[in-house]
Amino acid sequence: MSLAPDLAAAAPELFLACAAIALLMLGVFRGDGAGRPIMRLSVLALIVALLLVVFPMGGEGIFFNSLFIKDVFGNFMKGLVLVGSGLTILMGWRYVERERMDRPELPVLLLFATVGMLLMISANDLISLYVGLELQSLALYVAAAIRRDSLRASEAGLKYFVLGALSSGMLLYGLSLVYGFAGTTGFTDLAAAFARDAAAGTPVSLGLIVGLVFVAAGIAFKISAVPFHMWTPDVYEGAPTAITAFFAVAPKVAAMALFVRVLMGPFGDLVGQWQQIVVFISIASMALGAFAAIAQSNVKRLMAYSSIGNVGYALVGLASGTEAGIRGVTIYMAIYLVMTVGTFACILAMRINERGVESIDDLRGLSKTHPMMAAALAIFMFSLAGIPPLAGFFGKLYVFLAAIQAGLYGLAVIGVLTSVVGAYYYLRIVKLMYFDEPTEVLDRPIGREVGLVMGVSALAILLFFVMPSLVVDGASAAALSLFAG
Amino acid sequence: MDVLIVFLPLVGAILAGLFGKLLGDRGSQVVTCSLLIAAAVLSVFVFFDVGLHGHARTTQLFTWFDSGTFELNWALRVDTLTAVMFCVVTIVSAVVHVYSVGYMAEDRSIPRFQSYLSLFTFFMLMLVSSDNLVQMFFGWEGVGLASYLLIGFWYEKPSACAAAIKAFLVNRVGDVGFALGIAGIFLLFGAVDYDTIFQAVPGQADTVLHVFGRDWHALTVLCLLLFLGAMGKSAQLGLHTWLPDAMEGPTPVSALIHAATMVTAGVFMVCRLSPIFEYAPDALTVVTIVGASTAFFAATVGLTQNDIKRVIAYSTCSQLGYMFFAAGVSAYGAAMFHLMTHAFFKALLFLGAGAVIHAMHHEQDMRKMGGLWRKIPVTYTLMWIGSLALCGFGIPGLDIGFAGFYSKDMIIEAAFAAHSGVGDYAYWLGVIAAFMTAFYSFRLLFMTFHGKTRADHHTFDHAHEAPKVMIWPLFVLATGAVLAGAVFYGLFVGEGQLAFWNGAVFSRSDVLEAAHHIPEWAKVLPMVMTLAGIGLAWLMYVRSPELAPKAAAAFRPLYLFSFRKWYFDELYDRIFVQPALYLGRGFWTTGDGAVIDGLGPDGVAAATRDIAQRASRLQSGYLYHYAFAMLIGVVVLVTWYIFSAL
Repeated sequence: MSLAPDLAAAAPELFLACAAIALLMLGVFRGDGAGRPIMRLSVLALIVALLLVVFPMGGEGIFFNSLFIKDVFGNFMKGLVLVGSGLTILMGWRYVERERMDRPELPVLLLFATVGMLLMISANDLISLYVGLELQSLALYVAAAIRRDSLRASEAGLKYFVLGALSSGMLLYGLSLVYGFAGTTGFTDLAAAFARDAAAGTPVSLGLIVGLVFVAAGIAFKISAVPFHMWTPDVYEGAPTAITAFFAVAPKVAAMALFVRVLMGPFGDLVGQWQQIVVFISIASMALGAFAAIAQSNVKRLMAYSSIGNVGYALVGLASGTEAGIRGVTIYMAIYLVMTVGTFACILAMRINERGVESIDDLRGLSKTHPMMAAALAIFMFSLAGIPPLAGFFGKLYVFLAAIQAGLYGLAVIGVLTSVVGAYYYLRIVKLMYFDEPTEVLDRPIGREVGLVMGVSALAILLFFVMPSLVVDGASAAALSLFAG
Repeated sequence: MDVLIVFLPLVGAILAGLFGKLLGDRGSQVVTCSLLIAAAVLSVFVFFDVGLHGHARTTQLFTWFDSGTFELNWALRVDTLTAVMFCVVTIVSAVVHVYSVGYMAEDRSIPRFQSYLSLFTFFMLMLVSSDNLVQMFFGWEGVGLASYLLIGFWYEKPSACAAAIKAFLVNRVGDVGFALGIAGIFLLFGAVDYDTIFQAVPGQADTVLHVFGRDWHALTVLCLLLFLGAMGKSAQLGLHTWLPDAMEGPTPVSALIHAATMVTAGVFMVCRLSPIFEYAPDALTVVTIVGASTAFFAATVGLTQNDIKRVIAYSTCSQLGYMFFAAGVSAYGAAMFHLMTHAFFKALLFLGAGAVIHAMHHEQDMRKMGGLWRKIPVTYTLMWIGSLALCGFGIPGLDIGFAGFYSKDMIIEAAFAAHSGVGDYAYWLGVIAAFMTAFYSFRLLFMTFHGKTRADHHTFDHAHEAPKVMIWPLFVLATGAVLAGAVFYGLFVGEGQLAFWNGAVFSRSDVLEAAHHIPEWAKVLPMVMTLAGIGLAWLMYVRSPELAPKAAAAFRPLYLFSFRKWYFDELYDRIFVQPALYLGRGFWTTGDGAVIDGLGPDGVAAATRDIAQRASRLQSGYLYHYAFAMLIGVVVLVTWYIFSAL
């Protein structure tokens, strides 16, 4: 048996892992001054990995003794993760340098985290799932606390670590229960066993369901769904903004992909069981995201609640458990990625006298001092609020449509209502920017990379409706691949 | 040519209105004035062509509606009636445009003003040249809009805004009638264009409508509804309250819209629809009574007003009453004749008053004037001409006099010649009103120009004649005020009237002919009353000025009744305005504010805010709280499944 097909299938992961190790070596030998070249090289590595994902070597299938799966869904999500990682590292670097965090290990850590995400997405076994998840998490714990001299950042990193450990424990406990009751860890075997039980009419054992609940809780922690979201606002606020931006994008996409893969793959026949969990955390997330954000005055905290709410909306698609629903989730995550990257680009550009500021009030009168940035942020806010014809509207449209087709009317109605509540705090930012007088003027220039990311994301959001097929077709193929097997 | 006349003002309005910044103040004035003067010159040609040579015609422009059986075209119908109105409207409008260059010189929004004036002129021409009721309604509402815009032109003044709203609302009352009338006509005739209707009228003379459980004579009902519209636009008794308040607008506006043209639209409408009204004698009776009563009522109020423009406004109201009762006794020619002469001398009076106001630095109260004739002799002379024309001064035996002498006496004589109860009513009220007209006109003249000045030193010393651009246009009007009566008497109401009107107005009785053969005393009586009025005014305001306050004190209740305008405003305020406001406030505070807002937007918003506070308080910052929440979450979910599995 040759190893070549396996290696070719995992080419992006392998390349990225090797690149990260090489860059780590470079950093060790070149010392602290090597931050900038290493950052550039890591972005380059991400681009190469993205090319490897987009133009894959070898065919699709199951590799490494059923530990690793390569399919269209995985490729689509990996593409999103790599784009998200690359953009957030690129646009955050100026901030990192300004805050004197530009040590070589930061990009390397983020690369390792990305490798972990790619592995999670491709996991086809409970064990590879856990390993990928932990690789990602451990790297991110360190990244969150990278500013050891900052009390807030350390606190955030510590909270994240402790709660993350707790969730890992739950996940692991759930995995062991599943293994104990099903007798296997492979997704393929699990799916076959459950299909057999379902065909034979055997009732699902309670232990397995308890295991499922624990697994779901562990993954829900990663996507910061209620009630496993508590870390999110504190970590978002406490971590340096560049790290927060990274947190908000790639790991969310990867964890959501994992959630979809686990629930639709091995547990696909238990949809009747897990649907209730997903509906519950979806409603809770949408509601909390909408209501709690209203009271926030810190823009990063606001974005934390916003991401909680958005995860809730994406889960609406998952809850429907249909192909249309998965397509909805995929589209939603793609659009969420662009909106969030753009918004964080704006937050990174919020500086007064070379110091980053985070209060919503600092945006007052932005339209008069920074008209372009205000316009871009307004586009993101309108899109997050789900105002047509911006992309955010279509994201919501697809998931709600799927929910209605699946007969989850209550869920769709609650989703629409909470998005009305959510519109309030998004539009409040627009109001502050356009109708209030500026108090303090933000620094100029906002930086080339940040401006570029901001402009491209804004255009993408604004013009999505012109050619939605670019995203929708890919998402349809991705969703289809999950159901084909 | 007809198309040019109607659309040149629109072009002016668009240019000055949309490109006013580009053209500048002077550019806007030049554009609008020259276009209007061109339209006026063309109108005179049209008048000769149509009125004297009998070339009435209709120009189809394009289709407006084509829906099922209802088909409607934009068209310009130019017959003698329209040609007369073309001349009146464009000439007065051109004069007012030019006059405004001087009067509004210090205003900040000159292009807007000129644009509104031209826009008004366009709508007015549209109104008079329509060949169907719907297009007339278009013009009707258009002049209403322009009137609203111009009354409220100085929108910083709360009183101007209030007056504009009042004019708009009161006109709505009449317009409801007009609109219902049009709908009724369509119901009855299946068409709204004049030719079809007029031909079908005799066939429908006895049709009855069954509404509200009883039968009504169809044409009477329709005519009364249409007349309601005319009453609103022409400020007849009951719906007159907006006109005096409309004097809040700039004086040129008062001259153009609220004296010479728009307010006469009602008279024009009745004349235009004379073929219908003629078959509804009861409606004509109502027209006569309302017209005569208005003539009398407005004259009594005019006796005691102190604001120079308000006196003239009530005079307008009263003169419109004359025109209506002329139409009511089927003397449509006389009504149009008076409409035309009145346009000249009333515009002259208004613009003259404008010149006085200009001289007195925007003082309008006659009690603060006096002795001005030495300061502004030209204006003084012009006001004399206007006043004499308004009183109808002339020599009955020789048939020489000012314009009003011919037209007003013709109306009064026609009322007498009608030989009906309402005709006599109109005659006597008309004669009494003639007395009062003479009195208040000369009261105005004497209070403003004669006696010792009551103005403060500064104002009086700086009183000066208006600039040439304001004076010269007045001569045009003065010429009309002096000569229009004598020149056009034969055509409008004399020997040549049938050929002149050429079927544009229709009368079933020959009251105009009969009016030439009434007893001599009835012809002379109006003139005697006029002289008496002038004499009394001279006595009370020149000879012994102390008489006026004495008389006011002696007849205090009567004086107050007149001064308070018969308490119409107070009455309407009590009956309509206050209850409407009360109802509105009730719906607003309890209905909308407390119930809908309280339970709806405000209540939900408050609840949302409350929830938001609670939700964010969940985030305590303590690690063990967070871990606890996660565990509770798992426990809840597991419990849920265990219980649902059992």
